[in-house]
Amino acid sequence: MVPTLAGVILLVFLLFKFFGGDPSQMQLWIFVREILTFDFGKSWMTREQVSSIFLTRLPATLTITIPILLLEAALAIPTAMLVAYYRGTLLDRTVMAICVAAMSISFLVYIIVGQYVLGFQLGWFPVQGWSDSFWRNLFTYAPLPILLAALVGLAPQTRLYRSFFLDETKSDYVRTARAKGLSEPAIMRKHVLRNALVPVLTNVSLLVPGVFVGSFLLEIFFSIPGLGREIYLAVNRSDYPVIQAVTIYLSVLTMLINLTADVLYTFVDPRIQLR
Amino acid sequence: MAAVLDVTPENAWTALWRRLQQDRVGAVSLGIVVAYLVMILFAASGWLARGWSQEVGVPYANPAFLGDRPNLEAALQKKSQHKGVVPDLRNVDPLAPKYEEWAKRTGELKSTEPERSMTLPWGGDRWGRDVLDKAIKGSQVSIAVGVVAALCATLIGTLLGAFAGFYGRWVNDLLEWLYNVFTSIPSILLIFSLAAVLRSGAFAHLFASGIWTVVIILAFTGWTGMYRLVRAEYMKHRSREYVLAAQAIGASATSRMFVHILPNVSHVILVQLSLLVVAFIKVEVILSFLGLGVPLEMVSWGTMLSEAQTELIIGKWWQLAAVTVFMAIFLTAFSMLTDSLRDALDPKLR
Repeated sequence: MVPTLAGVILLVFLLFKFFGGDPSQMQLWIFVREILTFDFGKSWMTREQVSSIFLTRLPATLTITIPILLLEAALAIPTAMLVAYYRGTLLDRTVMAICVAAMSISFLVYIIVGQYVLGFQLGWFPVQGWSDSFWRNLFTYAPLPILLAALVGLAPQTRLYRSFFLDETKSDYVRTARAKGLSEPAIMRKHVLRNALVPVLTNVSLLVPGVFVGSFLLEIFFSIPGLGREIYLAVNRSDYPVIQAVTIYLSVLTMLINLTADVLYTFVDPRIQLR
Repeated sequence: MAAVLDVTPENAWTALWRRLQQDRVGAVSLGIVVAYLVMILFAASGWLARGWSQEVGVPYANPAFLGDRPNLEAALQKKSQHKGVVPDLRNVDPLAPKYEEWAKRTGELKSTEPERSMTLPWGGDRWGRDVLDKAIKGSQVSIAVGVVAALCATLIGTLLGAFAGFYGRWVNDLLEWLYNVFTSIPSILLIFSLAAVLRSGAFAHLFASGIWTVVIILAFTGWTGMYRLVRAEYMKHRSREYVLAAQAIGASATSRMFVHILPNVSHVILVQLSLLVVAFIKVEVILSFLGLGVPLEMVSWGTMLSEAQTELIIGKWWQLAAVTVFMAIFLTAFSMLTDSLRDALDPKLR
């Protein structure tokens, strides 16, 4: 992890120093010192401390992304199990065709149309906005973006999880369970689900780092003051310190989460051994 | 003797072609993709959608099938054009003596106001450009960006993967380190960082126009998956008998890597390449939407969507519909084709 971290720092430094033509006379060791002391100075544009940008933007991002992650998993796993159970039938093929078609439409279209129809025309949700109260945010402003993102994430995840379930239905223990006379639903619930959850959990853990980056598109469209929108604004203003700090710290966070996930596997599945 | 040699096994690519034709979904998808490619070729050579940037209709011209829909925006513009009365400032304006010279100069210039039609086949945008032409031209740009970027990413990923997998040892360690560095940065942050430095950095003027900024961003961030796959294949193949035989007759390392092994792993590369095309087109659309993609004087699905967002609020839905349909059909067909390709190339199914 340390060499990788060194590589990330070097990559970001070189990118901004040589290609970005960073005008400040920044040297590599100053850059490293800034990272280690969590002191990136101030944003070039707003003179806000970069560390305070982090702390104030992260809550809004998490308010959106954590429910998305949970909702997606809660919807995709049962759907995938259902179509895997009815594999090869018309239901299975229809759901899969819908998934492919749904994945071909840009996320942008879902947001634009969803915001227009559900927010503007029908008025079920506020079109955009944010407040200081957490509960008000979660129950008034967040539902529409959460719903849209969960719907968009549903198609690819269902497809993926279905293949995990199908892989398991071909294994020997399923044949044994059938041979001893277990009913198909019982096999699915008691044997296949448990084993298929290992790759599913792997995939969910891959999505966890994204929780912190946030869905910048949602934040831009619904003017949610989160980290993703902040980075986008920083790119438009060429606000290098903000981009650098966010990139490096979120990379570190990603590495830590992946490490934790690796350790957790040994608990979920004792067959897996860390070398 | 010739009769004996005739029993050579079927060429892999002929087999692929035969399997694709047997697969109905694959054949239809291939047809659609080829139709798009022909459309792009025509658009690139100027036979199709040449006048996409010309203002051929009134602002927000209605689609032909909705000809009698009220068009407030066009009516408003017409009204303001005719009502404009310039007040006479001759006695207070210090530039009054120049009026005659200006009038003469204006007379020298010829300007023609083109005839603007009230309806267009699939409607017009804010400046009265034909949405259908724009969608065709936008397809050209978006698909070209996706394909070129995927080819660049494939080139990088294949080269690095071949070296890492074939040589192993320190070459592998070094490239694995590079892979870890690139994958531990969340991809959207890497894309944004690159976009920031390419927009305002030392080399900004080099990429000021054209599609190269997006292509570089996508290729630079998207090579890792290809690298990983190709590396695994090369590790598997490097000690196979046919490669050892090639070594025994004196084939150099370069020759073994690219003449002997590469054709045998090309099916993996081809499938991954088509997956990359789909992924890159989606990212390009988002980047162009955010203004970080193709430059202003070009049109892509992403820039069209960014116009469509504001148009939708005043009820002009046709640009959004055109882009969505063009994009969804292409990406669905391409994804289906990729699936068929993977099935057709899978040695286990032969």
